[in-house]
Amino acid sequence: MVTPSPDCNDLKDRFASANQSGDGVKIEIQNLTASFSNHGALDNVNLSIVSNEILSVIGPANSGKTTLLRTLNRLNDLTQSFQMTGRVLLDGRDIYKEYDPVILRRKVGVIFALPMPLPMTVFENIVYGLRRQGVNDRKKLSRIAEKALTDAYLWDEVKDRLEEEAPKLSGGQQQRLCIARTLALNPDVILFDEPCSGLDPISTAKIEEAMMKLKSQYTIVLVTNNTKQAARVGDRTAFFLMGKLIEVGETAKLFTAPTDSRTEGYISGRFG
Amino acid sequence: MLKIGRFKETLVEGIIKTSGIASIFVVTLIFFFLLKEGVFLFKTVHLHDFLLGRSWYPISDPPEFGILPLIYGTLLVTAGAAVLAVPLGIGAAIYIAEVAPPKLKEILKSGIELLAAIPSVVLGFIGIVTIVPWARQFFHIPTGLTAFSGSVILAFMAMPTIVSIAEDSLHSVPKSYKEGAYALGATRWQTIYRVVIPACSSGMLAAVMLGIGRVVGETMAVMMVTGNSASLARGIFSPARTLTATIAAEMGETVQGSDHYFALFSIGIVLFLITFAINMTADFMIHRKRK
Repeated sequence: MVTPSPDCNDLKDRFASANQSGDGVKIEIQNLTASFSNHGALDNVNLSIVSNEILSVIGPANSGKTTLLRTLNRLNDLTQSFQMTGRVLLDGRDIYKEYDPVILRRKVGVIFALPMPLPMTVFENIVYGLRRQGVNDRKKLSRIAEKALTDAYLWDEVKDRLEEEAPKLSGGQQQRLCIARTLALNPDVILFDEPCSGLDPISTAKIEEAMMKLKSQYTIVLVTNNTKQAARVGDRTAFFLMGKLIEVGETAKLFTAPTDSRTEGYISGRFG
Repeated sequence: MLKIGRFKETLVEGIIKTSGIASIFVVTLIFFFLLKEGVFLFKTVHLHDFLLGRSWYPISDPPEFGILPLIYGTLLVTAGAAVLAVPLGIGAAIYIAEVAPPKLKEILKSGIELLAAIPSVVLGFIGIVTIVPWARQFFHIPTGLTAFSGSVILAFMAMPTIVSIAEDSLHSVPKSYKEGAYALGATRWQTIYRVVIPACSSGMLAAVMLGIGRVVGETMAVMMVTGNSASLARGIFSPARTLTATIAAEMGETVQGSDHYFALFSIGIVLFLITFAINMTADFMIHRKRK
């Protein structure tokens, strides 16, 4: 059964304050509607993401989960047919108006479903983003790389393989490498797009462990097809269906006593 | 029923096999014909004198068959064309594949295909009436019929090859590499320069090599604009003559079976070896990419 996470009460307090004064809200999504060549993907979504929480996003295929995620760091900009209305605020500032996408993506990192190491060495993968910001001091890079790899639970496995080509690592290691690569940039928010869909249970457990630990420093949004995973790691869970946000709430409540019958249907496995 | 099926299968297999072997067979025949006609020259002329001889006077008495000026001319014109066409071609490919908005992309792509469709004699003709007088005035040289003019025309001919192959290889880079780089806060140029281009560098090199291969083998346009002086050209702004142009210009005037006739075939062998080497290099690079 689902056990509520221990800091649940603490989180509740933060929600309370978030709702009153706007403090603690990291990302505010307002009336977000998005489409690809007139094919609707998100329909009038309103959602707040609180600092230092893990928000799980669940829903069947085509529910708009990934589109939502890719909107949060403007990766959808790369798709020509993408259109959207509404606002997304990061720390109270509109990411589509007041942020340069390059700066935004340094603050809002993303981990893709398929691990995507760049075709270079493990070390260069980690420091890629830093180098692009003009950091070239080898000592500093090494220090950041070690910390990032440690936080991603990967350091022990790759500390002697830093000069190997990253695509040679195993799938689970590649995925943690991608997490480390994002951590090295010291982002505020990390988006996980079904990060464990191609991984074995042990690698999955390691990544979940990393996520639980990372939330003390980062705000995490986890899109997952695995409702059990959402229940295990999410502080709150949002359920999407056909581009609509059906329900959002504390994970324990959403999984035990959902208010919407469609949510119940999905989590009990009746569809999706 | 099964027997008929099997017969059909064998028949189709046979036909495909024959066409496959036929192409190799024809190439081999051509090569042996070249070799057979070309080697006779070396009964009278030493290989060393042929390759490194500094003067090409095939109809003097006694004739001299040194093709060094011709090799030099070919290299000069090719190098000039490469210097012009490679940066332009690669740049155009990057722009088309990564930067241009979709509509402009289509226009540019068809424009480049159109460039490939212009017959070389037409390009040569345009070169004579435009580039040649322009080069003479602009560089204050006695004649515009120079290696440089040839390079410019050849650059136009190499561009379509370079652009289309380089663009293909840029397209073959997985979209996820780009997204990975963007997600790490790289700018568009950083992504192109640090991720996309390294990921397809072998394809890019192959594009360059095939473009150069095209330049080395080109005849008509070069013959029309380079001035055809078979002396060791002093530089890119003096007249030059290429291996190809020599064969095309002199083949009609030779007596079959004469030393001059055999010498032209020997030039053919040299040319064949050069383009063969270039194509092999390109092929090797494409295969390395696939690995």
